[in-house]
Amino acid sequence: MRPSVQEMIARSNGKKNKKVIEKIIPVLLFLIASVSVLTSIGIVVTLIVETITFFTRVPFFDFIFGTTWLPFSNKDAQFGILPLIVGTLKVTLIATIVAVPIGISAAIYLSEYASENVRRILKPVLEVLAGVPTIVYGFFALTFVTPILQSVFPEIKIFNAISPGIVVGIMIIPMIASLSEDAMSSVPKSIREGALAMGSTKFEVAWKITVPAALSGIIASVVLAVSRAIGETMIVSLAAGSTPRFDGDFTGSIQTMTAYIVQVSKGDAGFGTTIYYSIYAVGFTLFVFTMVMNILAGYVSKRFREEY
Amino acid sequence: MRYIEQQAVVKRMNGRLIANSIFKYIFLAATLVALVALIILLYRIVSQGMGHLSIEFLTNFASRFPEKAGIKAALVGSLWLMLVVAPTSIILGVGSAIYLEEYAKQNRITTFIRMNISNLAGVPSVVFGLLGLTIFVRAMALGNSILAAGFTMSLLILPVIVVASQEAIRSVPGELRDASFGMGATKWQTIVKIILPAAIPGILTGSILALSRAIGETAPLIVIGVPVIIQFLPAGVMDTFTALPMQIYDWSSRPQPEFQNVAAAGIMVLMAVLLFMNSIAVIIRNKFDKRY
Repeated sequence: MRPSVQEMIARSNGKKNKKVIEKIIPVLLFLIASVSVLTSIGIVVTLIVETITFFTRVPFFDFIFGTTWLPFSNKDAQFGILPLIVGTLKVTLIATIVAVPIGISAAIYLSEYASENVRRILKPVLEVLAGVPTIVYGFFALTFVTPILQSVFPEIKIFNAISPGIVVGIMIIPMIASLSEDAMSSVPKSIREGALAMGSTKFEVAWKITVPAALSGIIASVVLAVSRAIGETMIVSLAAGSTPRFDGDFTGSIQTMTAYIVQVSKGDAGFGTTIYYSIYAVGFTLFVFTMVMNILAGYVSKRFREEY
Repeated sequence: MRYIEQQAVVKRMNGRLIANSIFKYIFLAATLVALVALIILLYRIVSQGMGHLSIEFLTNFASRFPEKAGIKAALVGSLWLMLVVAPTSIILGVGSAIYLEEYAKQNRITTFIRMNISNLAGVPSVVFGLLGLTIFVRAMALGNSILAAGFTMSLLILPVIVVASQEAIRSVPGELRDASFGMGATKWQTIVKIILPAAIPGILTGSILALSRAIGETAPLIVIGVPVIIQFLPAGVMDTFTALPMQIYDWSSRPQPEFQNVAAAGIMVLMAVLLFMNSIAVIIRNKFDKRY
């Protein structure tokens, strides 16, 4: 039997805890929202604490200026991080060379040339490409891109900087394309139409009007993508090898900061050894690199944004 | 005297028009690079892994012999991982989003939380692995269990879920809130009975996409110390386990070429899981795409 209205009111008045819930919920939700802050604090504190322990064993200047990374040597272990940074930068450089022209061109095509229907097909393709796990990209680099490179340039080794660099580049294309496209789409139509009315071609509009107007957004997208490339782990772990080297060779095995962390984690370095603490020192360096890039991207897009 | 040289103008116009059409095709070609890369990638993996994909592959445990190697432990392990990650990350993410959109005042703390979430999204996943190793594996002594890995992954995808949920909540029109308050509902009643039901499609879509990222992540699992060779299925969240990307990583990095095919077959299973999840997200988005 359905309760009458009077019964419902009586029942509802019986809930004295209604007010208590209204007071508890905001506090509870605030605590939940603070988890992200706690996570950030947790990351920074763990990295700093373990890195400080590392620096009680390895002098700070040996770490940041050392050009030899030989952690596994029993007698003469050396922890100079420059080879790992150089390896990371090699991969990042190639990825940038691959991704920036392709990504920005794709963004220009999508925002200036493509019809609504074409865009509706191409954008999801970019999304799929962005959703492919990096382990799959790593497998692709090792078993497909490297053999092709080797058949064209025989001097390239199985593990090298070029193949993972190219594949990391493919991985970050969607990021540059979609963020740059957002920036270009927000340039108002009236400016474009003004230029077209003056007799400009579509290319001139894109190159001289839209791209300069959206430049801050485009640069920010590139910086964010480079930051992703620096922190990428599985592609380089699989295809770049594990030879930390301080030189300009792109054709041989290298090691990046992320790949070193993976290498040590795989070997299960004993808790408390210098090698164990070294992954935190390397992780901290990596964290600083990506954080600087992310802050830079935020600064560029805010500071140099054109308002219409 | 003619001020405009007809000939020169025509020539220049032609040059500009040619440049225009050339660049149009250059830009189109660049866009198609992405499409071509995706097709090659998928074709390579399917042609390499197809031969190894079978019912035995799904029901066998990992093995030293490539022809006997199966993916059972990894498949079940990934499902267990999702059982921890999905509730943890969705509760934390949606809770944060409700707080930020409905309760937070515009002050420094709120700005700080917002900034934090966007910064967290830019932290490399391998660094989250280090956080998980220190806090969950060592400090909380969870070991390399499903729970430790699940918590780490939850924090990793938290920013994505928060941002997606915020957008979903923001797109619920103000009139619905006003009407609910007008009927005498309290704030929490309005949130639970009006705003959340209206925002659930958006929240679910974002959450499923975030979860599919967690299924594919490898680096944090390696750093936490998740093993590869597992000959049993986990019975609870405190058990050790292995996951799909870990298993694929192990097979890819083995020297024997036969394992490359096994790895490709593993990737096909992983991609099938991801495709399945993404299509659910798309279906939800299309089915509940209500306009107010």
